[in-house]
Parts: sequence; C-alpha cells; structure tokens
Amino acid sequence: MSQVVPSIRVFVPIDAAALSVGAEAVAQAILREAAERGIEIELVRNGSRGLLWLEPMVEVETSEGRVAYGPVTAAAVAGLFDAGFTSGDAHALRLGPVAELDWMKRQQRLTFERVGVTDPLSLADYRAHGGLAGLQAALALQPAEIVETVRASGLRGRGGAGFPTGIKWKTVQDARAEQKYIVCNADEGDSGTFADRMLIEGDPFLLIEGMAIAAVAVGATRGYIYLRSEYPHAYRALCRAILKAEHAGLLGDSVLGSGHAFHLEARLGAGAYICGEETSLLESLEGKRAIVRAKPPLPALQGLFGKPTIVNNVLSFAAVPWILAHGAQAYADFGMGRSRGTLPVQLGGNIRRGGLIELAFGISLREIIEGFGGGTLSGRPIRAVQVGGPLGAYLTEQQLDTPMDYEALAAMRAMLGHGGIVVFDDTVDMAKQARFAFAFCAKESCGKCTPCRIGATRGVEVMDRIIAGQERPKNIAVLRDLSRLMTDASLCAMGGLTPMPVLSALNHFSEDFDRPPLPMAAE
Amino acid sequence: MAEFSAWDRDEARRIVGGLVHLEGATLPILHALQEEFGYIDAEAIPLISEALNLSRAEVHGTISFYHDFRAEPPPRRVVKLCRAEACQALGCEDLVAHLAQAGGIAVDHASPDSPVAVETVYCLGNCALGPSALVDGELIGRVDAARLLTLCETQPGSRGQR
Ligand SMILES: Cc1cc2nc3c(=O)[nH]c(=O)nc-3n(C[C@H](O)[C@H](O)[C@H](O)COP(=O)(O)O)c2cc1C
Ligand code: SF4
Ligand code: FES
Repeated sequence: MSQVVPSIRVFVPIDAAALSVGAEAVAQAILREAAERGIEIELVRNGSRGLLWLEPMVEVETSEGRVAYGPVTAAAVAGLFDAGFTSGDAHALRLGPVAELDWMKRQQRLTFERVGVTDPLSLADYRAHGGLAGLQAALALQPAEIVETVRASGLRGRGGAGFPTGIKWKTVQDARAEQKYIVCNADEGDSGTFADRMLIEGDPFLLIEGMAIAAVAVGATRGYIYLRSEYPHAYRALCRAILKAEHAGLLGDSVLGSGHAFHLEARLGAGAYICGEETSLLESLEGKRAIVRAKPPLPALQGLFGKPTIVNNVLSFAAVPWILAHGAQAYADFGMGRSRGTLPVQLGGNIRRGGLIELAFGISLREIIEGFGGGTLSGRPIRAVQVGGPLGAYLTEQQLDTPMDYEALAAMRAMLGHGGIVVFDDTVDMAKQARFAFAFCAKESCGKCTPCRIGATRGVEVMDRIIAGQERPKNIAVLRDLSRLMTDASLCAMGGLTPMPVLSALNHFSEDFDRPPLPMAAE
Repeated sequence: MAEFSAWDRDEARRIVGGLVHLEGATLPILHALQEEFGYIDAEAIPLISEALNLSRAEVHGTISFYHDFRAEPPPRRVVKLCRAEACQALGCEDLVAHLAQAGGIAVDHASPDSPVAVETVYCLGNCALGPSALVDGELIGRVDAARLLTLCETQPGSRGQR
C-alpha cells in the first residue's frame, strides 16, 4: 500500500481539549520519531473532529482517505511508526478511515464541516474546502436579499434564546445610523458547552466570514468578538486568524475588494458569567461594570455605544456562510417544527464517549446519550441529565426520549439553550445540585435587581436548611415561593431561570430533598 | 510558570498610553496591566482614570466587578480548577476535599504567603474530558487527585520541584 509520495501528511489536533490530554507531547514525539527514521512527514495541526474521548486522535492521509488512530500517547508513537501507521497500517490504536467512523457517519455536519479537516489558520486550506463561497454569494446580492435568505433559512440564535436571526438582522438593517456594529457573543459560559470554542480553534475563518456577511448586509463597519478569558487557546487562534484575514483583504477597508469596510477585533472577557447576557456584554465591551440593561431599547436599535448592533452567538454567525452558499431552503430542509437546520450538540459530564455531534434538530436525547455517548463513564446508571447549561433543567432517565427541539423541551419546562448535555450517574445528590444553582446565581448575579441578588442568597440558605433536615415541609414551601418570585420579578434570565434547575431537581428527584440529614453539612 | 515584572509606574503609563485609542479601552488596559505585572496595582487607577477621562470610582468599580482582576500580586502558581456541573459529575468536589485533607490547600482561600493558590472557575470548555484545570494557560483534562497535588507543587523543599 505504501507508495512513493513526497511527504506524508499527519494530523495532530491543536484543539484545547486534545491538548488537555497530551496532544502536544504526541505531536513532538511524531516529529522526533520521523526525523530519527528519516521519514518525510508534513505535520498539520488540525482542529478536533469532536470524538473527544479518543483524543489525542492522530490522522494520516492515505490512498483510502484519512485514517485515524487514538487515543495516542507520546509513548505509543514509536510503536505506531514500527507498525507503519504512516501508510495507514494495522495497530491496536487504529480506528479506521475517519469517514467510516460510526460517530462521523451519523452526523450532518454543516457548520462543523471543516473542523478537524483543515489547518485552522490556513486561508488557502479554507478556500480549498469551500470557504468564502458564502461571502462571495452575499456580495453578489442586495443587502435586503442577504437578510431575506437568512430569514428564510429559519436560523434561530444558537446562544440560548432561539430568536430568529433574520428578524434581528432586518431590524438593524432598517435602522438609520452613521455607525453600526456587529458583535459576536463568544462568552460561552454555560457548563457543558464547548462548541464555540471548538469552532474558533478549529475553523476561525468561518466565524469571520459569517460576521463579514452580517456587516455587508446591515452596513456595519466595525465588529467585536467578545471571548471569555477562560479560553486562552481560542483567543490566540482568533487573533492570528484576524491578522491573516486582514492581510488577505477579507477584513479591512474593502472586504474582498467589494468596497465594504469591515474592521474586526477580538476582546477578552474577565471571568464573569453574566457577560454572556447580551446587554451586560455590551456594557463590558464599553469598558464598564457589566450591569444588565433594561430592554427596550433593543440592542438592535441602541446597542454598543448606543448604536444599532447585531449581537449573535458564534454558532449563529458560523451557520450563515453555509446558508448563503447553499441556499436558505437547503438549510431549512434539516430539522423539525420551528427548529430548522442543524444543532452542534455538546455531550459532557459523566459520559463514556463525550464530544461534539452536529445533527439536524429532532434527534432524541437518548439517542445522543446512549447511542453516541455509550452511557456513563463510571459505568453506573444514569440518574440525571442537565440540558442547556446552569440555568437549564435536570431531566430524569425517563424523560430522555424528548427530541432536541426548542419547543419540545420548553413544553416540559426545560430548555435547549446552547445545546450542552451534562450527564450524572446515580451518585449525584440533587439537593446539592439545587443548592449549587442558587450559589452560582448568587456569585454571578450582576446585582441590579433584588429578586436575583437577594433571592439567590436566600435560596442557598433555604437549601442548607432543607439539607440539614430543618422543618422540611415549611422550607420547601419557602423554596417554591422564592422560585416563583425570582421567575416573575427578575430583570434577566440569570435570576429568572435559576429556579429552572432548582424546581426540576425538586419535582423530579424529591427523594433527595428528604434524606436523613448528614451530621454536619460539608462546606 | 508565569513570571511578572515588579510594579513600575512608568511602564504602566506606557501600557495605558498604548491602548487609550481603543473603543472601550478599559478592559484591554486592565488585561495588559495584569499580563505585565500579575495584578492591577492601586496606583494604576489614577493613571487609567486620567487617560480615559473616567472617575476613579468608575475605574475601581470596573476592576472589582470582574473575577479575573487581582488587587495583589499573585502567588507563584495559580491553579484554576473547574467546579461547574460537568466537572461536578466527575467528582471535582472530591478533588477539593482531597486538596484540603492531603495537601492542606483551601480552594479560594490561599494564605497570603503561599506559593500556590487553587481558585474556582466555572467551566473551561473541556466538559467531555473533566475534571479540568487551567495552569499557567495550559488546559489539563482528566485531572485526578495525584495530578492535582503535583500541579500544586512549586517550591523545592516543600514537595520537590517539578
Ligand atoms: C445569564 C445569561 C447568560 C448568557 N450567556 C450567553 C453566552 O455565553 N453566549 C451566548 O451566545 N449567549 C448567551 N446568552 C444569550 C444572550 O443574551 C443573547 O440572547 C445571545 O447572545 C443572542 O445571540 P443569538 O440570537 O445568536 O443566540 C446569555 C443570556 C443570559 C441571560
Ligand atoms: S436577574 Fe440577576 S443578573 Fe439579571 S439583571 Fe437582575 S440582578 Fe442582574
Ligand atoms: S464544566 Fe468543567 S470544563 Fe466545562
């Protein structure tokens, strides 16, 4: 099978998750081993394919396509060379051609089509794999036609609220102002989510292209990407990609020579969950304490520095180039009900096979958790699954046949959010999880309104009394009253949705609120 | 291990001056100062307030709002340990308990002269490979108790140098 080729292309991911389990050492070992053996290789640092439990997953380009090996350790590298992995030969870690892997075959990758395939920082690679086709198509349209295409695709914001992206863009387009802004929400604060990070590290030009399309559509000349500081790898990738895009004329005074100016900058957050809320994010970008603004006015009309502003999640912008390149209908053909297109699902927590899975809306949670995920990592029974981040509901094992769809989850007092799924086994204590939801809110509240600021602290106290076994019926009634107050009277969803995990824990796992108290509550 | 310069007013002034032209320059300036010195010295507040034409109270309010910004020089090593839900599902709270028992390290309550501080963060975007920690900009997955204690070792003599 080995044929004479000038150099063999070997891929080792540079994604932070892959690095977190030793990808850098593997890359170095491969370079060292190849040099010692006099084998010409070209080492490409790609994004991750999303089979995170197999990271570091190394790929080799062969005549039968790219063949994967994983999880590879630095210590296994010499053995891989001995076995002839550079020709795709057999080895205990050989997984087979990537395209044949069950995990990949069962997905519908639109937004993540290039992630793991290309060198994230090579614009040539990006173009060779269909990059910039969406922007080029957009530049041939009238601005109103671009917005209409986005609207007709049915795309809804992927940041959590699910607001129709085309309608938001139309509002900004119709606004009259000498300055408009495009702002990307890359704060990705929800536990259990990492799709924004993987996309920025694995295909940053896609985000840049999506934002450029938005800029052209609404006549905005400046943009910011607000990225959380917990993502240093993504920040480096993004800054380098923006520089390259400027050099190539994708950003700057004339986007791809169209005459539209678009200047883009990445900005770091500073460790505050509330900055994911869009008005808080805008305050932070303006350099202030990130106190949530009352709405109206909508950010679309009075956003950054009071100017009309599109604020969208990373995945919302990243879906747009595909839509422009393939047409609104092609995108809308995926999905169910009012949830059109695909959703990058992130599977984490106590799970055997965790990672990123992009699929049309409508697949059941069970197919994801059991079919893709293979059950818990601990091997114990699944007890609870939190969907949609820290403000999302805890579901029981019996509820897992629910489809991944905004409305279906809302109907059971849960939410899809940013598409994160966190699995817990039967050792979880749901009263403690409810306490944590309040503690998190107390710590991360912006402090503007009383129901959230004071309510969350009260919530922790009430949970402590319940856990300690003090007057449980009375305190559970207090808990319900408090939850109602926070839901009804909080200014934003931080305080307004904190009761969702709390009440789901109480309603579905009430036995945990009635356990014999521990001698002393541990911290 | 991160190395920082000692606080230097003139250098700080240069850093501030290099960034004032940005829209919403406050956070970029604060990040740049902390990157250089490891913390935001109180003397930086008047520098920033003059350069950006803000009141000192506003600048101070911004610094104190965000968890990232430090008012004191950091210990030699800071381990950011994720304690959000996906890592809870894999026992990060057991790690916190173990640190206290076996290492005498109280998360978020380092003594002022300690060379290491373990601090809580909520999610590092590594939720499929938890528990996770971030140490000097390096992300570490599948952290267990032994690894965490090793990460906390900084001083020769205390627990041996890494
Ligand atoms: C407490 C809170 C945290 C949020 N965090 C995020 C976040 O990390 N990323 C995000 O894109 N949206 C987040 N949102 C939603 C944003 O406010 C906003 O709806 C979103 O950025 C709009 O973009 P989209 O329409 O593309 O989803 C959060 C909302 C709240 C209330
Ligand atoms: S609900 Fe909480 S986070 Fe939202 S505005 Fe009120 S205090 Fe701030
Ligand atoms: S919850 Fe720990 S890395 Fe996401």
